[in-house]
Amino acid sequence: MAAILSISDLRKSYEGGFEALKGVSLEIEEGEILALLGPNGAGKTTLISAICGIINATSGQVLVGGYCIEKDFRAARSLIGLVPQEINLEPFEKVINSVRFSRGLFGKTRNDALIEEILKKLSLWDKRDSQIKELSGGMKRRVLIAKALSHEPRVLFLDEPTAGVDVELRKDMWEVVQELKDNGVTIILTTHYIEEAEAIADRVGVITGGQILLVKDKDELMTQLGQKQLCVQLAGPIPEIPKALADHQLELSTEGDTLIYTYDTKGERTGITALLNDVAAAGLQLRDVSTRQSSLEDIFVGLVSGGQS
Amino acid sequence: MNWTAIWSIYRFEMHRFFRTLFQSFLSPVLSTSLYFVVFGAAIGSRIDQVEGIDYGAFIVPGLIMLSVMTQSISNASFGIYFPKFIGTVYELLSAPVSFLEIVIGYVGAAATKALFIGVVILATASLFVDLTIQHPLAMLLFLVLTCLSFALMGFIIGIWAKNFEQLQLVPLLVVTPLVFLGGSFYSISMLPPIWQKITLFNPVVYLISGFRWSFFGSSDVPVAVSLMAITGFTALCLGIIWWIFKTGWRIRA
Ligand SMILES: Nc1ncnc2c1ncn2[C@@H]1O[C@H](COP(=O)(O)OP(=O)(O)OP(=O)(O)O)[C@@H](O)[C@H]1O
Ligand SMILES: [Mg+2]
Repeated sequence: MAAILSISDLRKSYEGGFEALKGVSLEIEEGEILALLGPNGAGKTTLISAICGIINATSGQVLVGGYCIEKDFRAARSLIGLVPQEINLEPFEKVINSVRFSRGLFGKTRNDALIEEILKKLSLWDKRDSQIKELSGGMKRRVLIAKALSHEPRVLFLDEPTAGVDVELRKDMWEVVQELKDNGVTIILTTHYIEEAEAIADRVGVITGGQILLVKDKDELMTQLGQKQLCVQLAGPIPEIPKALADHQLELSTEGDTLIYTYDTKGERTGITALLNDVAAAGLQLRDVSTRQSSLEDIFVGLVSGGQS
Repeated sequence: MNWTAIWSIYRFEMHRFFRTLFQSFLSPVLSTSLYFVVFGAAIGSRIDQVEGIDYGAFIVPGLIMLSVMTQSISNASFGIYFPKFIGTVYELLSAPVSFLEIVIGYVGAAATKALFIGVVILATASLFVDLTIQHPLAMLLFLVLTCLSFALMGFIIGIWAKNFEQLQLVPLLVVTPLVFLGGSFYSISMLPPIWQKITLFNPVVYLISGFRWSFFGSSDVPVAVSLMAITGFTALCLGIIWWIFKTGWRIRA
């Protein structure tokens, strides 16, 4: 599939010289869901803002559907829907007018049936004639989503869409996202929650300090996560792994007192029994046995702290 | 041109106006009536006639201009400042609209509101004094041009302003004095000679003079000069706006 969004060496220095994006390059395929994970201040919002035209990038190039966001801004932006992180809404306007306005602003002719459908899907139909200031925070966030969907974007940016949304509605929201994906919409969302990325994304990107550290298939990441380690602590250090245990592909810790066995929890046989038998047969004395599993969180924390040092 | 977008912005802005239609209607009616009571009755009883025109009628064009100018500025400046303030400007910036379209939408709406108020004042005034408009088309042209050019200026102020104080500052410190000293309530010929000269540096003089000419057929400065002045002013505002949008000044970081 072709890349619908192609970012190359995007940089952004804010007034005062702070460099919030340090050469971001990223290709996003049509129809995929990419989750951007990153700590506060990583540059997620800055990246989205630069793509959507909220801020001017200092250098670099962005193509949306093949259109340059500067030279062909009309064609490029027509494809994009943006749900901002901040709840920016006109407090005195009615929900439905605000959503209609968004559609009109994108040059689309009025389509009340579509707007009804969107509002119903987001459980906002009952609130359509309420002033926005009368809504709760989670409802306001859904109004932002409705506004972005009203002009039928091909690429949708969701900047922390579930912040302040309760669990029930979060699920509803993921259903909406899934449905959009089924209709071929490309979705880029930012989040702090790893479970969220796991639940919905096809690919996960990790960004910190204005740089993309990694972009990986979620499944690939999950396979790494599916691996578990068995640590066999010995009574005393040994110089090397005994020949009798060579079949098990073990690692020896640097101190020489722990054997580390990596296995796949999803595999039919873990091989633990055989290993422990062989360890006993080799005449090694055990002090303790433990297992550990690396989570996406571990990988993430590792990457992020590594990237900052 | 994305006409749908322009129309959407225009309608959205007008909608705000209609929500408060009663206020929008009442305040010019009330203030005009007050002006007539104070200026027309109190001062008018002493001045009687200016350049052969009843004083009550003489001040009508100035009164209209005064309101139209301040309304155009405050409508347009608030109109664009508010989205910046509450953050909804993100939508304008991310939409497939050019800055020209944004300006047309906002300035058009602000000018329409001011025009509406100008017409309300004219109607109210005609209840107090006898009015015949000698050049109705020219009157309309001056009125519309004034609404537009001052709305453009208001738009610039709204972009420039970083807080509500600044939003009020220019209208308060610059525009109101210029308008009051621009011959709204007197003819320039009534001033001492030296002030007559100084006054000519006030751009508002040309607008009010031209507008008054369309009512009564007489003016302080030639009509052509008035027209040139307002055209020049509009062009200046357009130029500044073009520069703002080219550089993204105070809109796009
Ligand atoms: N307008 C601005 N002027 C100067 N610096 C800014 C501006 N906006 C953001 N920054 C800085 O740029 C960096 C990235 O900010 P950004 O909002 O993109 O982070 P983020 O990844 O979205 O964080 P969060 O998860 O908190 O939303 C931060 O250090 C921030 O302080
Ligand atoms: Mg952010």
